Amino acid sequence: MLRYTLTRFLSLCLSLAVASVVIFFAIEVLPGDPASIMLGVNAQPDTLAALRTELGLDQPMVARYFAWVTGLLQGDFGISYTYRTPVAQMIADRLAVSLPLALFSLALTVVIAFPVGIWAASRRGSVSDVSIMGLTQLGVAIPNFWFAMLMVLVFAINLQWFSAGGFAGWDAGLLAVLKSLTLPAIALALPQASILARVMRSALLDTLSEDFIRTARAKGLTRRQALWRHALRNALIPVLTIIGMQFSFLLAGGIIIENVFYLPGLGRLIFQAISARDLVVVESVVMLLVFAVILVNFLVELAYAAVDPRLRAR
Amino acid sequence: MSLAEETSTTAMALKNRNLLLGGALTAVFLGAALLSFLWVPYDVTQLDIANKIKGPSAAHWLGTDHYGRDILAMIMVGARTSIAVAVVAVGIGMLAGVPLGLWAAARRGSLLDEVIMRGNDLVFAFPSLVIAVMITAAFGPSATNAIIAIGIFNIPVFARITRSGALTLWSRDFILAARVAGKGSARISFEHILPNVLNLLIVQGTIQFSLGILAEAGLSYVGLGAQPPIPSWGRMLADSQTFISFAPHMALFPGLAILLTVLGLNLMGDGLRDLFDPKLRRGRT
Repeated sequence: MLRYTLTRFLSLCLSLAVASVVIFFAIEVLPGDPASIMLGVNAQPDTLAALRTELGLDQPMVARYFAWVTGLLQGDFGISYTYRTPVAQMIADRLAVSLPLALFSLALTVVIAFPVGIWAASRRGSVSDVSIMGLTQLGVAIPNFWFAMLMVLVFAINLQWFSAGGFAGWDAGLLAVLKSLTLPAIALALPQASILARVMRSALLDTLSEDFIRTARAKGLTRRQALWRHALRNALIPVLTIIGMQFSFLLAGGIIIENVFYLPGLGRLIFQAISARDLVVVESVVMLLVFAVILVNFLVELAYAAVDPRLRAR
Repeated sequence: MSLAEETSTTAMALKNRNLLLGGALTAVFLGAALLSFLWVPYDVTQLDIANKIKGPSAAHWLGTDHYGRDILAMIMVGARTSIAVAVVAVGIGMLAGVPLGLWAAARRGSLLDEVIMRGNDLVFAFPSLVIAVMITAAFGPSATNAIIAIGIFNIPVFARITRSGALTLWSRDFILAARVAGKGSARISFEHILPNVLNLLIVQGTIQFSLGILAEAGLSYVGLGAQPPIPSWGRMLADSQTFISFAPHMALFPGLAILLTVLGLNLMGDGLRDLFDPKLRRGRT
């Protein structure tokens, strides 16, 4: 297990290193000088030069890359060109919205998908199975930001149960936070829950046709007992893989949903940063999202090695 | 394929409800997109402020938007944008991904295989939205950027599916026979492996096509896709948001267009998979 963990960890570090190079150089291609954007068209050449030196823009690109990465490793993301505040602080403020949103929608995804998938698998071919599968087809096809808009119309504008947008902040109390985050979390969770329910159902059906289930049935277990005691645990591996992938979709997909609800999360930050050509912010947020994806994949791989010893030998 | 086999495939296709319903929905939207080149009920660049934000009526079947443009016409022209972006993005994914997958499978277990597959994992860490954000930061928003972003994300999808399909084929007797006959691995890959993974690629292509339509809608909704005045479904939804409380029809119809197109493509993908591989027919995802 240690050897497996170490090789996976090395591969994680390598992926992060390559990703950081790709992100930095992709974004640095940007035409337009941040210093002149900050100071406007009437800036004096010597002021411009001074600001470039201050921001480190006069350094060669490779030197700037290493300065950026060294900073990242120390938790120093640099200073925003437009706001003149540390990027790390800005990101931390926005994460206080985006991270709970992603976790909330992940929890909803699992809470919806597990019972639905298990129910459908245990009643395979029945009317309830067919109708659940039909509904999940719709759930997969629905654009989540459109679903979000419809929910705003019904639950926020007409019924006024939830807030139509904005975020009161954590100081306003948990109830206020739930009022702002519930609809976005449902919108994000719906397509992912539909996918996960389908994966759960088919993984269970695959496992149920295996020999060890037949043995369990031969020992006298009913189909339902075999499902709960033996099949479920074995079906969890594909399900876990999908959950891992979904977390990154939820975090990145939040960028769009935050726009529907005017939530001050990473998504809003990145769009403001793009229009203001605030490179440091764009690079840092993108790096953070990619880091989250790579890290979650790493944890999922470790999780299955823990569940299934055969995988460690690979 | 013999005549008997061919008729049985046709018979199976006709019995396949997913394929029929999905095919019909897809045909409606492809038809609407094609028709829009010849005829649209109204010119989508023509503003008609006197008739703005009108609900569905005999003159405007799906109503008008905040500039008085006909929503049906906008949806028809928007279908072109969605389909064009998704088709080209799938094309990019296939053109780059399939050869990579074939190459990795031909050199399975080698360092090259490892490098290709790790590279794929890395691309997977960049959701298409994130790629689009990066490209937009560098070059500004456009439909081309949406195509590139979705296309790049498609590459590892096709590389993986091609490689895994090809791996099972490399150990088969007919491939061994081709090697004994002196064919090189590149030739075997294209002459024998590729035709045999084509079914997999068609099914995956349909799925990526539907994901492409969703992704394009999302990107143009946040302003990273097609720019005005080119109509796109995502942009129509973004425009409708301000008016949703008193003109919900502006949001309803473009959203339904996306939903039904994506649903149609997904059902068609499921149907095609059942048709190509009866073993998988017991209700997979």
